[in-house]
Amino acid sequence: MSRSPSGSSAARAFSIDRSRLPVPGPARPFAFPAIEKSTLPNGLRVWTVSHPQVPVIAFDLLVRRGASADPPGKDGLAALTADMLDEGTGDRSAIAMHEALARLGAQFDTDIGSDAMSVSVTVLRRFAGPALMLLADVVARPALRDDDFTRVRQLRLHRLTQLRDMPGVVADRAFLKLLYGPHPYGHSPIGTESALAGTTVDDVRAFHAAAVRPSVATLIAVGDCDHGAVVALAAEAFGDWRDGSADAATTDGVVPAAAALNIIPRAKAPQSELRIGHVAVPRDTPDYHPLVVANTILGGQFVSRINLNLREDKGFTYGARTAFEFRRLPGPFVLQVSVQTTATARAIAESIGEIAGIRGPRPVTSEELALGIAALTRGYARNFETAEQIARAAMQLALFDLPDDYFAQFVPAVSRVTAEDVSRVMERHVDPARLTTLIVGDLDVVGADLGALGLGEPVVLPSDAF
Amino acid sequence: MTLSFTKHTLDNGLDVLLHEDHSCPIVAVNLWYHVGSKNERPGHTGFAHLFEHLMFEGSQHHDRGYFAPLQGAGATLNGSTNADRTNYWEVVPSNALELALWMESDRMGYLLPALTEAKFSNQRDVVLNERRQNYENRPYGLAPMALLSALFPDDHPYHWTTIGDVADLHAVQLDEVQAFFRRYYHPANASLALAGDIDMDDALAMARAYFEELEPGDRVDPVDAAASLSSDTRIFFEDRVELPRLYLAWLTPAMFAPGDADLDLGTDLLANGKTSRLYKRLVFDERIATDVSAAQNSREMAGYAQITATAAPGHTLGELETAILEEVQRLATESPSDDEMERGRVQAESQFMFRLQTVGGFGGKSDQLNAYNVFLGDPAYFDRDLARYQDVTAASLQEAVARYLPPSRRVTLSIVPHGRAALAAPGSQQAEVS
Repeated sequence: MSRSPSGSSAARAFSIDRSRLPVPGPARPFAFPAIEKSTLPNGLRVWTVSHPQVPVIAFDLLVRRGASADPPGKDGLAALTADMLDEGTGDRSAIAMHEALARLGAQFDTDIGSDAMSVSVTVLRRFAGPALMLLADVVARPALRDDDFTRVRQLRLHRLTQLRDMPGVVADRAFLKLLYGPHPYGHSPIGTESALAGTTVDDVRAFHAAAVRPSVATLIAVGDCDHGAVVALAAEAFGDWRDGSADAATTDGVVPAAAALNIIPRAKAPQSELRIGHVAVPRDTPDYHPLVVANTILGGQFVSRINLNLREDKGFTYGARTAFEFRRLPGPFVLQVSVQTTATARAIAESIGEIAGIRGPRPVTSEELALGIAALTRGYARNFETAEQIARAAMQLALFDLPDDYFAQFVPAVSRVTAEDVSRVMERHVDPARLTTLIVGDLDVVGADLGALGLGEPVVLPSDAF
Repeated sequence: MTLSFTKHTLDNGLDVLLHEDHSCPIVAVNLWYHVGSKNERPGHTGFAHLFEHLMFEGSQHHDRGYFAPLQGAGATLNGSTNADRTNYWEVVPSNALELALWMESDRMGYLLPALTEAKFSNQRDVVLNERRQNYENRPYGLAPMALLSALFPDDHPYHWTTIGDVADLHAVQLDEVQAFFRRYYHPANASLALAGDIDMDDALAMARAYFEELEPGDRVDPVDAAASLSSDTRIFFEDRVELPRLYLAWLTPAMFAPGDADLDLGTDLLANGKTSRLYKRLVFDERIATDVSAAQNSREMAGYAQITATAAPGHTLGELETAILEEVQRLATESPSDDEMERGRVQAESQFMFRLQTVGGFGGKSDQLNAYNVFLGDPAYFDRDLARYQDVTAASLQEAVARYLPPSRRVTLSIVPHGRAALAAPGSQQAEVS
């Protein structure tokens, strides 16, 4: 027996075999980088991750207040406040603020969801100090001037006007309202025209003072940086930021019972936008990992049941997917697809059939389970390649109070999920009898086919049902 | 900081580019075919893109979908087609590099035996739905169709969009698919980049093993076509929109040609973001527009610059047009400020550095190496590409704007709400778009 040479720099000779696919060898280990944590005297948490591959630093400032903190009748206030943050500070105008960011070559963004808002700035390492000062100006010291408010609110009202023509957005907004009604999750962050029209600059100032404060915020820095240096910079930049009149975290509310089938007419639309789902589970459910696996198999990847059925078998659509939208309070389970108009009723029947099927009648097979788990675990490292990716991952920990070893535990936790787990959690958290379907499409063409679905008479909604 | 690599050309003409980066245990496999919608003919449009879809449906030795084995190995994957090229990529854990090479080489060498009428018909339906979703059922979604057909003459390969015409997609036959594959999908018309957690020698040996056995095809001759505008072509169409929108477009230099970088920075300076001149004037100060943007869209044979603005309620596209042309003219006649130039330079430097953060996907290091190799034959172009932007001066930028964005030779497109033709910019003719 001879030993093949090893450890040499000579390339191995590869022989190829097209009769079967190569089986990957053992994976190279990967560990999520350590997070170093400090807290400033004002309550601001400062987290850093060293990721020195490229001389770039990504800063994310997460505030755990989002659209669900909008006061009653003020839908859109949190998003409008987030939009006002970069409109200048002190004597500096909105334009001057952005010129300062541009001089640093900064990539700047604000984002808002139901539970949080975030402001992110990515720069070359040599600009880290001034970038952090600008980030603090934006978040802690925005000018919130009358004239800027008038302009920004007007732009948002124009945007809302334009969104009326976007069928996917109409569907998203109306679907949230159907599922949640007046609950804090019942509106999308951008709000409504009527609520914005009644929102004043004093509302924005009050919201900023109450909600955008250090004790509900986390500053995350990832890149070519040192923890001590970032903490010192943050203390200088954010040191005088103080909690004002503290607001309370959003609490759960009652959700309405929506009709099974709803349609917003869109005459002559070549496709129907469909949303099918119901209110499901919060992020802190103990069933999180089995639900992630279940969703991957049902509608979370290209080879999911839904996409293979509606796209690769039927050709009804460019793509179909499902998601559990995990939030601090119970978030929605939603199937989302845009199908050619003539296939609307069939696509709904197939979709509901797939959702019902995975709960028991057609449980996941061992092959599906293995593929779903492999897809989630084997490529896990690629989610942490860039500074921005790592910063976004760390934000999930901050938003949902997840433990530091959460990423280390993800792969083992997903790997332990069984087919029985999938059936159990889908049965517990998804109920075909409670599904609400919304169509944004051509009622004249699709209407006649809907009766056969057995979902009752469709409720015709106005195009601004949100 | 630079983008290091080695380049090897196999006997069959396939270029193999290797870049080593062990910071994450993943490898990007990125394969470009130098074919896009510019290689189509009138009456046969949409074909290159439809073909891209078929590449995921199975090959002779793996006659099933391409997603399942790759996703099961932990990969993410995709493909895209534009006017000039088609790319396919997988980002795989480093232990699955061989799987990705097996599959990419199988569909390069052995696609046709697995290509059936049923797959073809299914993916045609999918593409027709992609077109409905991304163009027909989207406000202003048909703008590219109107702009390209007005900018480029009927027989110019940039006259049509990559998604293609609906009638052409319905008419295409399977035998055309086969001929297309033979002509364009072969090693001599392709470039393979492997970037990430690889051993250079092993990766090259593996690429050789899987690809060198494939037959080289005939060299593909470059497409050649010319376009010019002699006047202001003014067109409009009605759409399901609330607010009218104006598009101004000019023919400009090709990708990497002299003037391309100047116009990239020039269009940024005019209308990219809140620091731009047109944003300040139209949206911030005068408040006659709800948004404004601009871009130099550079392609292999030619480019076109575009400025887009939406009228705020109560304001007309004529007002927007006047203001935009004034600002273009001002940039053509007065030197931009030192601060504007310095911002442009540092933003270019930052963007180039940000792009070095990822090995794969659209625009990652593997994709960039292939872009430089396919379009310039020179994967080492990263540094010089950045230098193009650092070398732009106030004078060269001003000269490029003066030369390439003249008010007298352009396309002026208005998209207006249904039944509101009067809202189009003055003197516009109705255009047929679908």
